[in-house]
Amino acid sequence: MKTEKIKTDLLIIGGGAAGCYAALTAAKKGELQILICEKANIKRSGCLAAGVNALNAYITEGRTPQDYVDYAKKDADGIVRDDLLYTISERFNEVTAHLEKLGLVILKDENGKYVTRGNRNIKINGENIKPILADAVKQAKNVKVLNRVNIIDFSVHNNRIDGAYGIGIENDTFYAIEAKAVIIATGGASGLYRPNNPGFSRHKMWYPPFNTGAGFAMGILHGAEMTTFEMRFIALRCKDTIAPTGTLAQGVQAKQVNSLGEVYETKYGLTTSERVYGTVTENLEGRGPCFLRTEGISDAQEESLLKAYLNMAPSQTLRWIENSTPAHENVEIESTEPYIVGGHTASGYWVDTKRATTIEGLYAAGDVAGGCPQKYVTGALAEGEIAADAAVEFIAGEGSTSELPENEVVDHFDEVSKFLQPKKGLYTTEQLEEAMQTVMDNYAGGIRTNYRFNETGLDVAEKKIHKLQELTDHLAANDLQEVMYIYELRERLVVCLSVIAHLRARKETRWHSFAENLDYPEKDNVNWKKYVNSKLENGVIKTFTRELTAEGQKTYEHLH
Amino acid sequence: MSIYIDEEKCIGCGRCHEVCPGTLIKIDENKKAYIKYPKDCWGCTSCLKECPKNAIRFYLGADIGGKGSLVHTEKSDGLVHWIVERPDGSTTTIDINPKESNKY
Ligand SMILES: Cc1cc2nc3c(=O)[nH]c(=O)nc-3n(C[C@H](O)[C@H](O)[C@H](O)COP(=O)(O)OP(=O)(O)OC[C@H]3O[C@@H](n4cnc5c(N)ncnc54)[C@H](O)[C@@H]3O)c2cc1C
Ligand code: SF4
Ligand code: SF4
Repeated sequence: MKTEKIKTDLLIIGGGAAGCYAALTAAKKGELQILICEKANIKRSGCLAAGVNALNAYITEGRTPQDYVDYAKKDADGIVRDDLLYTISERFNEVTAHLEKLGLVILKDENGKYVTRGNRNIKINGENIKPILADAVKQAKNVKVLNRVNIIDFSVHNNRIDGAYGIGIENDTFYAIEAKAVIIATGGASGLYRPNNPGFSRHKMWYPPFNTGAGFAMGILHGAEMTTFEMRFIALRCKDTIAPTGTLAQGVQAKQVNSLGEVYETKYGLTTSERVYGTVTENLEGRGPCFLRTEGISDAQEESLLKAYLNMAPSQTLRWIENSTPAHENVEIESTEPYIVGGHTASGYWVDTKRATTIEGLYAAGDVAGGCPQKYVTGALAEGEIAADAAVEFIAGEGSTSELPENEVVDHFDEVSKFLQPKKGLYTTEQLEEAMQTVMDNYAGGIRTNYRFNETGLDVAEKKIHKLQELTDHLAANDLQEVMYIYELRERLVVCLSVIAHLRARKETRWHSFAENLDYPEKDNVNWKKYVNSKLENGVIKTFTRELTAEGQKTYEHLH
Repeated sequence: MSIYIDEEKCIGCGRCHEVCPGTLIKIDENKKAYIKYPKDCWGCTSCLKECPKNAIRFYLGADIGGKGSLVHTEKSDGLVHWIVERPDGSTTTIDINPKESNKY
């Protein structure tokens, strides 16, 4: 294994939606050296790899950014940050215009206006959204991209970030990177819970299986404050293929029906968590399986559906062609295992309005940043822009690099080398990953318990996760890609502990299914209209609460 | 859910290897692409859209209801043709115009 030491001004970890856009923003601001480290290749990495079906967050004619804030706040039953939602909502349309300029196809009517889907969406061909962003990054001056470099740890001293460590999974290189400021944009975490199909198709999940929560874990371990990890995201998807259902619901107005043919969605409410809960309950009470009612749609509608899915979830189109098409058979739906994803729910770094985390010089954007659900792709881009502006400002003010301490560099190199041993322990990374998923599934509200949990179960889960953490010390790998798998597992285990701590802390059930606490099955507005935040102290994740931002609050600053 | 690479067709250009978001595809010493971690495939189909020789086919695992059909893409006249081949040899093709937006 070689060692490469790099010095840069701005390090961006993760070249997905938020990371790419942060780089584009910072590149416009003068002569900074910008480095993106991406574990895959920015051309097709992260959530956007297969394509997206619509821009889900846009301020359509006659609506205002405040309307979007109100919508997202209602959906999350109040536990959001007004300032964060407002600042992305203000930017949705500007980043959309930029995407169009870069080459994204957006549907327009005869007057040249974007065609909307519902109140907040616009219709696009999003198949190539990621290559479009990647091309723009390649053309930007001063941006260097290191593909296939997986970041494994931050370098933090006195609560100030100085850079990061990484491994080149295909060039056998250990990286020590010194930076004046860092933007973390590694997305959310999948693979914590046992998935719908744990066998051969275990990775046919909603959230990218390659977003493993690295950004969360590195922050947690360095004492960053985190928020709302108890608000897990569970997606309601087409059965087996885990393809999106929104296109059916919004495109052909397909309603959720149970096995008796009854429309049940109105019975439980229409928020994201209520839709999941409704489906879970119908199944539990013997009225499953549940479907989206598509039978009887026209041939033209069906053809449009088959095409739309090819542009974002081709497996569903294949499924229809192999079996029966939606005009002839309703589409069965199921809910997925829980994910932690700050772009859909509110879990992630606790940031100020400029997306500064509580670690100085570290900014967070996209699915890794908390407090701001329903941000989707345009919100991730907006946060990339906000974080980049703030990081550039920080560098201009007090940014300077300080050399990474040699002993720390050596320790990280040694840790990686230690895993690169031919000696095989009893367990493999894969076995321990399955063990973790089974623990979370059984004791921390996975599919097996219909997402429900109680404190006793959480205590058991915590003990077992600790035990698995110890076992990871003895894992061995043949190459750096397999070493990356060990780090991914360790990251996920840290995120699991945070999820467990947060689920235990919120002593109410505010969101059915997302956090269904059987010890406290009711919502408690008197005591729990609050954020649950957490921080690692002496090796233990400590949870505490913070008061909600005021209605319409536009800025929030950390108190140092 | 995974992919199948036709060795005969593969020219070892490495484009599938370059784009896979999970770094799952490798090129062997005979300059042929292979998927090293088939169970880790997300099913994003980036690799097949990238392949200049239409050598990559994608299928649904039997555990999620796959029935043995294979899908691949071909490009011509500015269109992307998605071609599904069933085990009985019959095919269905859907043409996508990348310049056209989704209707839904
Ligand atoms: C299947 C799916 C469909 C979606 N469809 C839509 C849609 O139709 N419309 C819409 O508006 N939104 C959609 N979204 C949401 C949208 O895609 C996300 O909100 C957005 O991409 C999040 O951006 P991000 O940058 O935070 O994460 P990502 O875009 O996932 O980027 C994270 C990046 O970090 C990299 N990375 C992770 N860990 C490391 C590490 N340790 N070192 C280096 N790099 C690392 C990853 O490889 C990845 O490239 C969809 C999401 C999913 C999962
Ligand atoms: S479909 Fe996607 S995840 Fe699977 S091998 Fe191809 S590029 Fe990789
Ligand atoms: S892209 Fe196609 S031709 Fe090129 S290496 Fe991959 S399979 Fe072979």
